[in-house]
Amino acid sequence: MQRTKFILGGLLILAAVVYLIVSSTQASAEYFMTIDELKAEGRAVVGKSLRASGAVIGDSIQYDPQTLTLSFDVAHVPGDNADIEAQGGLAFVLHEAVTDPTRARMQVVYVGPKPDLLRDEAQAIMTGHMGEDGIFYADELLLKCPTKYEEAVPEQSEG
Amino acid sequence: MLADFGFGVLIVTFVVALYSVIAAIIGERKQSAQMVESARRAQLLTFPLLSLAAGVLIYLLVNNHFDVSFVYEVTSRSMPTYLKVTAWWGGQAGSLLFWAWLLSAFTSAVTLRKWERDREFLPWVIVVSSITLAFFLSLNIFFNENPFARFYQTIDGVQAYDFRPVGGIPITPQDGQGLNPLLRHPGMIIHPPMLYLGFVSFVIPFAFAIAALVTGRTDDRWTRITRRWTLWAWLFLSLGLVLGGRWAYDVLGWGGYWGWDPVEIAAFMPWLTGTAFLHSVMIQEHKGMLKQWNMILIILTYSLVIFGTFLTRSGVLSSVHAFAQSAIGPMFFGFIGVTFITSIALLIWRWPELKSETEMKSMISREAFFLLNNLLFLSVLVVCFVGVIYPLASELFTGQKVTVGPPYYERANGPIFGAMMALMGIAPLSAWGKSTALTLGRALWKPTIPALFIPMLAYLAGYRQVVALIGFFLVAFVVSVTLYDTFRSARARQRAQKENFFTALARLAGRNRRRYGGYIIHISMMLMAIGILGIEIFQTETQGTLAQGESLQLAGYTVEYEEVATWPDEGAGVQYTRAVVDVSKDGEYIGQLYPRIDFYFDSQQTMTIPGQRSTLQDDLYILLVDWQPVSSVGATFKIYHNPLVNWLWVGSLVFITGMLFAAWPDKDPSLRPVRVNKRAAEPSAAD
Repeated sequence: MQRTKFILGGLLILAAVVYLIVSSTQASAEYFMTIDELKAEGRAVVGKSLRASGAVIGDSIQYDPQTLTLSFDVAHVPGDNADIEAQGGLAFVLHEAVTDPTRARMQVVYVGPKPDLLRDEAQAIMTGHMGEDGIFYADELLLKCPTKYEEAVPEQSEG
Repeated sequence: MLADFGFGVLIVTFVVALYSVIAAIIGERKQSAQMVESARRAQLLTFPLLSLAAGVLIYLLVNNHFDVSFVYEVTSRSMPTYLKVTAWWGGQAGSLLFWAWLLSAFTSAVTLRKWERDREFLPWVIVVSSITLAFFLSLNIFFNENPFARFYQTIDGVQAYDFRPVGGIPITPQDGQGLNPLLRHPGMIIHPPMLYLGFVSFVIPFAFAIAALVTGRTDDRWTRITRRWTLWAWLFLSLGLVLGGRWAYDVLGWGGYWGWDPVEIAAFMPWLTGTAFLHSVMIQEHKGMLKQWNMILIILTYSLVIFGTFLTRSGVLSSVHAFAQSAIGPMFFGFIGVTFITSIALLIWRWPELKSETEMKSMISREAFFLLNNLLFLSVLVVCFVGVIYPLASELFTGQKVTVGPPYYERANGPIFGAMMALMGIAPLSAWGKSTALTLGRALWKPTIPALFIPMLAYLAGYRQVVALIGFFLVAFVVSVTLYDTFRSARARQRAQKENFFTALARLAGRNRRRYGGYIIHISMMLMAIGILGIEIFQTETQGTLAQGESLQLAGYTVEYEEVATWPDEGAGVQYTRAVVDVSKDGEYIGQLYPRIDFYFDSQQTMTIPGQRSTLQDDLYILLVDWQPVSSVGATFKIYHNPLVNWLWVGSLVFITGMLFAAWPDKDPSLRPVRVNKRAAEPSAAD
């Protein structure tokens, strides 16, 4: 008798947790897409909650302090970490993406303070949605700058 | 040369750790006390050895040995000495060594204890801790995480090598890259060590748990020995989390303290299982129940600690948390897999021997509430774990990578946190063993009534959000119950012992330190909850570009822009841009604030430092976003108003007090409570 009660109680908790997880994932799911995929999907993804990652193109960064509107272009990078590793690491992939003019590019608009880490060849991870105009409107912007000492070693003092 | 020496020391330590594992196993098999003693000595040796290696690394860091690639990556000439020292854990290779060093310190401390009564545990404690140590050292030695690797020029270009390659020419860069400016903050100097201390000290209870499983000594000796370790581990881990939040609040400039980032969650998950463990060992000690469950919890905690180290090991390299990909990923998963499966296999083997000594009699008894508390912690763990693996799982099953952000965690965890708070209020007044709704209700109604006034007052004060009102009620409820129960018990003692009230209270708390330390911690959690409710629900913000003399308004504050100045500090390698703003509240001038932007030359990076005005009521948090040197349009500001947020930090101070109260060593070991199998219904005898 006691035992059944405890099992029932446990099942109730389990059901509640499953419900919380399922309903919350549905409410806050963000589709992770690469820039190539976004370009290919076109209008089909307008309005969906999206998360995308790309390489920041330094020359395209524009900031209007009056309206706190930040605009920059990102170039396509692979979405999968394993692919990035296979192609020579994040720093290298970002560098390639920025210097390759044939890569798919996308404009990103974000309103808010300009992030400290926004610079050329940084990886931007944006959360937001695509506008009808093909611009990605980001609500959230996360930046990563991989360290790359191989390229930064030139100032050697001795041989 | 020195770097090679440091690397050599690491290799020697690795061999010594392996030796202690093998010697301990042989000693145990052959019942040779001598062999076990040899293993113990070998293990004691790892601490001085790693201290030597650490000393070498610190020497290299402080003296600008940029030929060492780790030194090059994390320091630069312009950094002050104390930052060069703390750069030790500012990068991955160094932080792995730091982890290993802490572990060796802890295992040495534990092997130095008196072992008379539990000699059979010793070899297995050595085996578990030395295997863990050897694993971390192996990453330093074999998997390109050597903090002593140096730059050499070969035909393939400049690269870091453990040893001089054939035809390699040593290279010494002029200056290092420097520690990421975001990490040059006092919070960042102590946040990783605290987190690591917490992580590492959980290895000790795990080692004892495994020793208990292997030797078949499945009473609660292992939980009693490790009780203090667990408390300290939990204290450090909690502090690590809080300090990380404080650092984010001060440095990252988004007016927040926690972002449900995978790395944060990775540090949060062992905290969840650790907290559950902390609660349920009490049930084991009191009633001889939940033994199997405790084993599961400590095994999970250990696995999550290793997993958390894997995710957090490199600390912050670029963004909030950069995931530096490297060869050690699969190693970590391999290690976690092997240790987890081995531990679970041992547990299954001993499963029948870990049966509960008594059965739960009532769903509203104290022990049932403890079990429920455990289930709630595990529920949060499951929510977090699902969130972290959701992208992987969705890609696997649907081909489409779907991630979940902070709203997922908030939505799914919110009700569970609420339930935990309610439980925190109800459980202390419940009775062990048999308990009925009637007795529980009788105990609860008195402290519930004053708690109802708080949400009412909040409502009248203009707070209308339902979640906030429920939250405020729960906070008041927990505080009220806790104080009521303490008061009641102290009064009971006062009457029984004929003492004055405060003597009675002090003696009562002194005799039941775990219980009353726990109460202090519960109250501290409620203070933190006030801060979290404040910032999560009532945060407001505004922004604007101001000319001199213009102002912005937010939540009764007026922020008037005065001036901005820029000056370089060549010595520190920083250019400061500092704005001066006058702040007044409800028309009354209250002072100036100085939001700043620091530009670091070596890393070409800016760092935004908010101007903050903190009171217990609220925080005014002003960011300088942009400025024009000479123009009528002066500067752009973003301003956050964070009500009540400082209760979060006040709560953490109370938390430390409670923890120290509970964990401070007893003067007289006879005071340690032993299990009593009587029905301890009277509150002063419970716990």
